[in-house]
Amino acid sequence: MNNKGKTLFEKIWDEHVVENRAGFPDVFYIDRHFIHEVTSPQAFEGLRKAGKPVARPKQTIATADHNVPTLNQHLPIKEMLSKIQVETLTQNCKEFGIELFGLGHQHQGIVHVIGPELGITQPGMTIVCGDSHTSTHGAFGSIAFGIGTSEVEQVLATQCLLQNRPKTMKIEINGELGKGVLSKDIILYIISKISTAGATGYFVEYTGSAIRALSMEARMTICNMSIEMGARGGMIAPDEVTFSYLKGKVHAPKGEEWNSKMEYWKTLYSDEDAQFDVEISYRAEDIQPMITYGTNPGMGIGISDVIPQDNGNGDISSAMNYMNLNAGQELLGQKIDYVFIGSCTNSRIEDLRLVADFVKGKRKAEGVNVWIVPGSKLVEKQAIEEGLDKIFIEAGFELRQPGCSACLAMNEDKVPAGKYCVSTSNRNFEGRQGPGSRTFLASPLTAAAAAVTGVISDVRTLIKDESYAI
Amino acid sequence: MPFEKFNDTAVPLMASNIDTDQIIPARFLKATTRDGFGKNLFRDWRYDNQGNPKEDFVLNQNNYRGTILVVGENFGCGSSREHAAWALVDYGFKVVISTFFADIFKNNALNNGLLPIVTSKSNIEELVSEMDVDKDTSIEINLEEQTWSFVDRTIEFEINEFKKMCLLKGYSNMDYLASKNEAINNFENEHIYA
Ligand code: SF4
Repeated sequence: MNNKGKTLFEKIWDEHVVENRAGFPDVFYIDRHFIHEVTSPQAFEGLRKAGKPVARPKQTIATADHNVPTLNQHLPIKEMLSKIQVETLTQNCKEFGIELFGLGHQHQGIVHVIGPELGITQPGMTIVCGDSHTSTHGAFGSIAFGIGTSEVEQVLATQCLLQNRPKTMKIEINGELGKGVLSKDIILYIISKISTAGATGYFVEYTGSAIRALSMEARMTICNMSIEMGARGGMIAPDEVTFSYLKGKVHAPKGEEWNSKMEYWKTLYSDEDAQFDVEISYRAEDIQPMITYGTNPGMGIGISDVIPQDNGNGDISSAMNYMNLNAGQELLGQKIDYVFIGSCTNSRIEDLRLVADFVKGKRKAEGVNVWIVPGSKLVEKQAIEEGLDKIFIEAGFELRQPGCSACLAMNEDKVPAGKYCVSTSNRNFEGRQGPGSRTFLASPLTAAAAAVTGVISDVRTLIKDESYAI
Repeated sequence: MPFEKFNDTAVPLMASNIDTDQIIPARFLKATTRDGFGKNLFRDWRYDNQGNPKEDFVLNQNNYRGTILVVGENFGCGSSREHAAWALVDYGFKVVISTFFADIFKNNALNNGLLPIVTSKSNIEELVSEMDVDKDTSIEINLEEQTWSFVDRTIEFEINEFKKMCLLKGYSNMDYLASKNEAINNFENEHIYA
């Protein structure tokens, strides 16, 4: 007899298995599928060659984000290949009957920002996208993960994927975060401990009082970076924070449907006697504002620590060589050239509000370029309505238009070779922000602190009260 | 194309944590077809910013050749871009040997007929030291038996049964899923989000 309880992950997984046959992967049903211009064209091409339609066009949603300019979006895209890629998406969506939030649409934005803010992402769903940070959507208590283009094609054609069930990992964070410590710091801390491959093969559930206390947007930041420790995805059980965030969103259920969905959503938690394959816990009090020093997201330290000789996260000497830094040195006071506040990790309205609150009445340091790239048209609109744009302009920051921008530098938003950038994005790989660029990953507050001081700074010494502890 | 037993030499690239941005930098993802990514494989390691080949990079040297790529730990971490697998295949690689592969990369590789072989660090070190002595060390890849061999060593490797069958028969996930149409329709009748 096996009557042990189920984890949240197992509950949702089991609900989506169309067929389970010994020796074969599960035929796994996908509720929502997001696509964008970079990883979808070859999938549509495949369908066209095979003469197949999109099986469930209403369950796929498209946006243009990875490769779009962040200035003058109303003008034709100048770069020819990018233009073709965006036009190909438009053409494919039209031909196959898929809703597109293209450039200029009021709902356009980074795929992992718009899904949640439009209420398309809901608890208990399975969600995939040809982008590894699809894990973001797990913050709503859904199973969400990134897939390759062949798999995009499979979902388009059948609304299913073949999947082997991953193992489960619980990461619990209890306690209270200190002032100036944000959810970005939590996840950078976890990755520095677990390493960039430490959760490979696992689906992670984040729990504990410090996680429960986070806003919906802060939870998304954590789930977003699950992939950076190798995890297939990350999730957080839905609760009142989730439900009140969703209520009233454009695509959220309404009326009777809301009530029936709520009944299901309320069953979505890990049972007390559920067993995880691995359980880890950390204390919120141990987490400082974090910063990375190397060339993978696991190479992170507390802002006032020194760069370690080796934290087990890859080759330190080649990383130091690339970054032109030395093990044993501290990062506080390190001069920087660029600040990028954006990406699906930290480009939501709360991020922009925090930054605006901090920089109000201050000015950026001489010689530093500061780009603020909102995650979506809705975020941009709200920022303007709240007057944040004026604060940024007064501070000498540049508020751009929505897109992935310098997170992956596919468009012209590139950090020049050899320059240092404090970035709120999720990857500090060699050349990620442009060939030869040197990235320090950090929270929006730490990035804002660097913008006004021109050097890596401990934001805690620059704020007076506790009000930043979200 | 069915994956058959073969012998070939290997190319060693012993860095660890080689991420997908190194395999194919994002600025080369603007194509709308699957072809031609091989020329930008490991672009920023292979060429300087003037586009000249860097002499010290292994793919630019004549001493190592072959369709088997041997790499350090944790290969393919980072992005879900299948372009990484396409670039390796387009360049001509058929097998990658590492101690560890990132999940999405592994799937992408298998979906493109590129075989990822996981083995121990010491096995890789042994192979690489053989190659130091003889760069033309021949390696046999036998998927049917799930082994790879060099000199007098034969090493077993694990692979998911289903994926093995797909590779050996040239069968794809899409073929399998397409045969499940009825089960999918039935499932949808009772499913909350369909
Ligand atoms: S912002 Fe960066 S990480 Fe997020 S979807 Fe875009 S490219 Fe990927």
